[in-house]
Amino acid sequence: MAFEGLAERLQSTLKKIRGKGKVSEQDVKEMMREVRLALLEADVNFKVVKKFVNDVKERAVGQEVLESLTPGQQVIKVVNEELTKLMGGEQSKIASASKPPTVIMMVGLQGAGKTTTTGKLANHLRKNHNRNPLMVAADIYRPAAIKQLETLGKQLDMPVFSLGDQVSPVEIAKQAIAKAKEEHHDYVLIDTAGRLHVDEKLMNELEDIKAVASPDEILLVVDAMTGQDAVNVAENFNERLDITGAILTKLDGDTRGGAAISVKAVTGTPVKFAGMGEKIDALEPFHPERMASRILGMGDVLTLIEKA
Amino acid sequence: SKTRHSFVGAMNELIKDYRKVDEDFFEELEEILISADVGVHTVLTLIDELKDEVKRRNIKDAKDIQPVISEKLAELLQKSDDETELKLKEDGLTIILFVGVNGVGKTTTIGKLAHKFKQEGKKVILAAGDTFRAGAIEQLEVWGERAGVDVIKQQSGSDPAAVMYDAVHSAKSKGADILLCDTAGRLQNKVNLMNELEKVKRVLTKEVPDAPHEVLLVLDATTGQNAMSQAKTFGKATDVSGIVLTKLDGTAKGGIVLAIRHELDIPVKLVGLGEGIDDLQAFQADQYVHGLFADVLEQAEEVAKE
Ligand SMILES: Nc1nc2c(ncn2[C@@H]2O[C@H](COP(=O)(O)OP(=O)(O)OP(=O)(O)O)[C@@H](O)[C@H]2O)c(=O)[nH]1
Ligand SMILES: Nc1nc2c(ncn2[C@@H]2O[C@H](COP(=O)(O)OP(=O)(O)OP(=O)(O)O)[C@@H](O)[C@H]2O)c(=O)[nH]1
Ligand SMILES: [Mg+2]
Ligand SMILES: [Mg+2]
Repeated sequence: MAFEGLAERLQSTLKKIRGKGKVSEQDVKEMMREVRLALLEADVNFKVVKKFVNDVKERAVGQEVLESLTPGQQVIKVVNEELTKLMGGEQSKIASASKPPTVIMMVGLQGAGKTTTTGKLANHLRKNHNRNPLMVAADIYRPAAIKQLETLGKQLDMPVFSLGDQVSPVEIAKQAIAKAKEEHHDYVLIDTAGRLHVDEKLMNELEDIKAVASPDEILLVVDAMTGQDAVNVAENFNERLDITGAILTKLDGDTRGGAAISVKAVTGTPVKFAGMGEKIDALEPFHPERMASRILGMGDVLTLIEKA
Repeated sequence: SKTRHSFVGAMNELIKDYRKVDEDFFEELEEILISADVGVHTVLTLIDELKDEVKRRNIKDAKDIQPVISEKLAELLQKSDDETELKLKEDGLTIILFVGVNGVGKTTTIGKLAHKFKQEGKKVILAAGDTFRAGAIEQLEVWGERAGVDVIKQQSGSDPAAVMYDAVHSAKSKGADILLCDTAGRLQNKVNLMNELEKVKRVLTKEVPDAPHEVLLVLDATTGQNAMSQAKTFGKATDVSGIVLTKLDGTAKGGIVLAIRHELDIPVKLVGLGEGIDDLQAFQADQYVHGLFADVLEQAEEVAKE
C-alpha cells in the first residue's frame, strides 16, 4: 500500500523509548518527526502540520507524559486526542429551518461529488428523517449534468426541479424555492456546477445564488483524496460564501483523507457527512475520532502500542 | 500576464533571494515541493541528494546549486522529447483506453482529444464504456456532438466489455483511425471493478492484437498522495502507458507525478487546463516545473517590487 513504512518507523522509535527508564525531550522530538511524516503522507496541509506538531510537542514534553510508565504510548495518545479535537470532537447535524423549507446549497470543485451527494442527501433526509426534499438542477454548464440529477431522482422516485440549461442558476434557485413552498417540500437541495475557487465569474454566481436562496446550509463537497490544495479551496469558498460545513466524498477508497483536517482547520466548520461509495445510500454521518485514527494510520499504531 | 520562464530561469529566480545554501534554504525548498504534493518521501530523498552534492562540490552559494536542482527535477520528469507523444498507428485503427478514479476528467479529456484528432483530419469514434454512472452516456454523447464524432453506446447498465466489442467492430467497419474508450470511474481498492477493467482491456486486445495502443491514466492535479496508489494499482491492472494530468488551471500542482515518474516510470503525456474543448495540451516538463515554483516566484516579484 501507499503508506507502509510509518508503522515500522514508529515501531523502531517506540522500541528505543521502551528500553529507557526516562524519556528525554530529544526522544519526543524524534517521535514527532515521524508523526509529522505520517501527517504529510496523509495529505494534511503542511502549515497545519507545522502548527499541530508544535502544539503537541508542548503538551508532550510536559511532566505527566515524560514521567509516565509508557511515554511513547502517551505521546501517541496525545497526538490522537489533539487530532480529534482539531477535527471537531463531536458529530454534527444537518440544519433544520424553523420555517420550512430548509435550503441547502452544494458547492465545490469539479468532480468532487456534488451531484451524487445531492441524491444521497435527499435519500438520507427521506429515509432517516422522514422529510420530503426537492432537488434542484442548477448546473447548466457541465454536459448532461441535469440529466445526471434527473436520473438520480428517478432512481429515488423523488422530484427534481429543472428549467433546462438556458436559464440562469440564480433564476432556477429562485423559482425552485417558490415551487418548494407551493408543494410543501421541507428541504430544498441545490446542486451547483463544479468550479475552481479562483474562477471569479463563477464564484460571483454562487454569491448571487446565495443572495436569492438564503440557504440554511452551504456545504462544501470535498474529495477525500485532495492534497495540499484543500486549504486554498476551503479558504476561498469559505471567504466567499461562509460555508456551514463540509462533506467528504470517496472515503471508500484507500486515501488517508488528511484533507478533512485541512478543511476544518481553515474554515472552522465541521465535516458533516462522509461519502462511502457511488451508490445512493452510501452516505454516513462523519465521525471525527475515527477519521483521526485513519489519518494517522492509527490501526497500525494501536497494534504497535499493544506490542510495545 | 505571466511571462513564460524557462525552467532554468525559474530556478534562478527562486534562489535569487538566498545568499547561502543553509538549512533555511533547504527547508524552504522542502516546503515548496511538499505544498505542491510532490510527496514527503520524494522530497526528502531529493533534498538529501542535493545536500550530498552541495558537500561534494563544496557549494556555498545558492546560485551554484541551481543547475543541480534543475538537473534532478528535469531528469525525473522527462527523459526524451518524444515520450510525451501518443503512440498512434501509421495506418489502421489506434485504440486508446482511458482509466482512473471517479471524477478526475476521463470523459472530458476524451471529448477534448476527439476534437483535436478530428481537427487533424482523422476519423474518430468514441466508445461509451461507462454504463454505470447516472448520465455518463449522455455526457459522452454531448462531447461527441461538440467534436462532431460518432459515439457507440448501449443501454445504461449493460456490460462495458460488450460495448467495447461493439465499438471495435464498428470502428473497423467504418474505417476509423482512432477509437477513444471511456470507462466508469472506479477507486483502485475495489477489486471487482478493477477486474472488470481488465476484462474490458482484454476484449480490446482480443479484437485487435496490439491494442490498446495507449492506456491513459487520468489523474486530477488536486489529488494528493493517493495518486501514487492509483498509479500502482491501475498500472498493474491495465499496464498504463501514460498519464493525463487534469485541472492544472486551478492552484493545485499535481506534484505527485514526480514521485510516480521516479518510482513507476510512467510519463505524463497530456495536461488538462480547463473545461473547454481546446483546454488540452501536450505535457512540457520545463513549463510544468516553472508552475511548481510559480507562487514563490510571484512572492519574490512582489517583494522585489516593494
Ligand atoms: N467511490 C465513490 N465515488 C463517488 C462518491 N461520491 C461521488 N462519487 C463519484 O465521483 C464522480 C463525480 O461525482 P459527481 O457527483 O458527478 O461530482 P460533481 O461534484 O457533481 O461533479 P461536477 O458537477 O462535474 O463538478 C462520479 O463518478 C461519482 O459516482 C463516493 O463517496 N465514493
Ligand atoms: N477546471 C477543470 N475542470 C476539468 C478539467 N477536466 C475535467 N474537468 C471537470 O471535472 C469534472 C469531472 O469530469 P469528467 O470528465 O466527468 O470526469 P470523469 O473522470 O469522466 O468522471 P466519472 O466518469 O464520474 O468517473 C467535470 O465538471 C469537468 O468539466 C480540467 O482540466 N480543468
Ligand atoms: Mg455535478
Ligand atoms: Mg466519465
